[in-house]
Amino acid sequence: MAYAAGVDVGSTQTKAVIIDEAKEIVSRSLTDTGANVMRAAEKSYEEALLSGNLSEEEVEFVVGTGYGRYKVTFGNTQVTEISCHGRGAVHMFPGTRTVVDMGGQDTKAIRVSRVGEILDFCMNDKCAAGTGRFLGAASSALDIPLGDLGPTALRGERPVKISTTCTVFAESEVLSWLGKGKKIEDILLGVHQSIAARSAGLLRRVRGGRDVHRRRGAQPGDDRDAERASGRRGQRERGIALHGRAGCGSVRARSHPGQPGAGEERTG
Amino acid sequence: MTYTGGIDIGSTYTKAVVLSGENEIVGRAMEPTGFKLTEVAERAYGKALEEAGLSSDDVLYVVATGFGRHQAQFTDVQVTDLTAAARGSTFFFPGTRTILDVGGQTMKASRLGDGAKVKSFRLNDKCAAGTGAFLEKTARYMGYSTEEIGPLVVTSKEAIPISGVCAVFAESEVINHLSQGVAPADIMHGAIVSLVGRSVQLMKRVRMEPEFTLIGGILRFRRMVDVVREQLSAEVNVPDGDLVQFTSALGAAILGQRRLRKLQEEGLASDHAGAST
Repeated sequence: MAYAAGVDVGSTQTKAVIIDEAKEIVSRSLTDTGANVMRAAEKSYEEALLSGNLSEEEVEFVVGTGYGRYKVTFGNTQVTEISCHGRGAVHMFPGTRTVVDMGGQDTKAIRVSRVGEILDFCMNDKCAAGTGRFLGAASSALDIPLGDLGPTALRGERPVKISTTCTVFAESEVLSWLGKGKKIEDILLGVHQSIAARSAGLLRRVRGGRDVHRRRGAQPGDDRDAERASGRRGQRERGIALHGRAGCGSVRARSHPGQPGAGEERTG
Repeated sequence: MTYTGGIDIGSTYTKAVVLSGENEIVGRAMEPTGFKLTEVAERAYGKALEEAGLSSDDVLYVVATGFGRHQAQFTDVQVTDLTAAARGSTFFFPGTRTILDVGGQTMKASRLGDGAKVKSFRLNDKCAAGTGAFLEKTARYMGYSTEEIGPLVVTSKEAIPISGVCAVFAESEVINHLSQGVAPADIMHGAIVSLVGRSVQLMKRVRMEPEFTLIGGILRFRRMVDVVREQLSAEVNVPDGDLVQFTSALGAAILGQRRLRKLQEEGLASDHAGAST
């Protein structure tokens, strides 16, 4: 059996996935990226190998992706995360034509072809507004763990209107709402609506197809709000935050030696 | 004696000044703004009165300014921060034509005409990258408090370039530099250079002309002043010591004096003024 691996070195977390020839995921791992990016890449890969009970020799092709992809020094090639999102999303949901990726430091909307090639994309690049950091700021301002943000927001009924754009100012705005006696769940629902509205803005800019698919590094509350804000229904999938890697697996399958089209993967 | 009060409710600190009829500061106080603007305004004003040895009945006119000016309930009138800053700056430096005001969450550049009238202004209000919050965040990523920025940056030998595009994204940059063994002082210096770069852009957009006066809490860091001077290649005026933070509050109190004189001329403030004159 030949295996392939994808290592997605994201701004906040590093993810590794190993797939087999049938493109089934055999193992995966998730680790914090931290300051030592190279170490994070190695660690997540090692952990994925360990949990799949595989040795390095058994994995024929490793693709690095994400902002730290060039730190995947053991990888055979590097592919942008945008290409990987397209492949991964179409692999899991073949009808996907538009992907929304909400990560720790960036949000992307990507329009893809039927086979997952990138047709168009847009992303925030200069500013942390509308990214996962916005939720991170709310989490630290309210002293609520990241994992509780979504469930708490879903209990909200009368969302506050978050008027600030900047993530730094949002932190103080959240506290000022608290000072005015607003409920935490209503504040958090407002925070989610604000970030969802920004994603919807990106979506409009790529003018995607009907079938929106969301790769979520973010929180449960986001889905509902992005759907509401974009007026489209989205699919959700449980194995969140793993698309980039599964996508790399498919890229590998395409550029496997002996197959035509090896290495033709375009970079978004 | 005709005393007036000026209260500047800023995004980070609230400043209060009590001014005599001879334009002498007789009391001043500064409090962290927090989220209860009405109360902090009262507290800062109370402390300024205490320092002056006056009661609130002794002060005939109180003017509020700053982003929270409408929350101060005991004041007679509100003026914008730009108007107050213009008055305060020209009081210290009558030749002032361009003002740069960098606060905790705002950056403002304005150009003045005759009589301290604001002719043109630009704000950086949606983004923290051009404000004190950028320096504060950079310091915090390295484990320093805002007050430590000044002493830290004095020891810097060179500025390490920090992209000033987003205060949040700066964190990764700072961490990368630290992991490569760059001195925190040099990173802080780089953040200041980047912030000043944005300030100068803002000043260009109001078509700046000398003299330049720098005010606001962030200008209490001497290195900030040095870098502005370098980037403008021009001399700059800076109010002494912590007055740099009180300029707008003082400007508000000066406007109070002017207003009071007008009212007295019209005889409208007679019952008000009768008590203490």
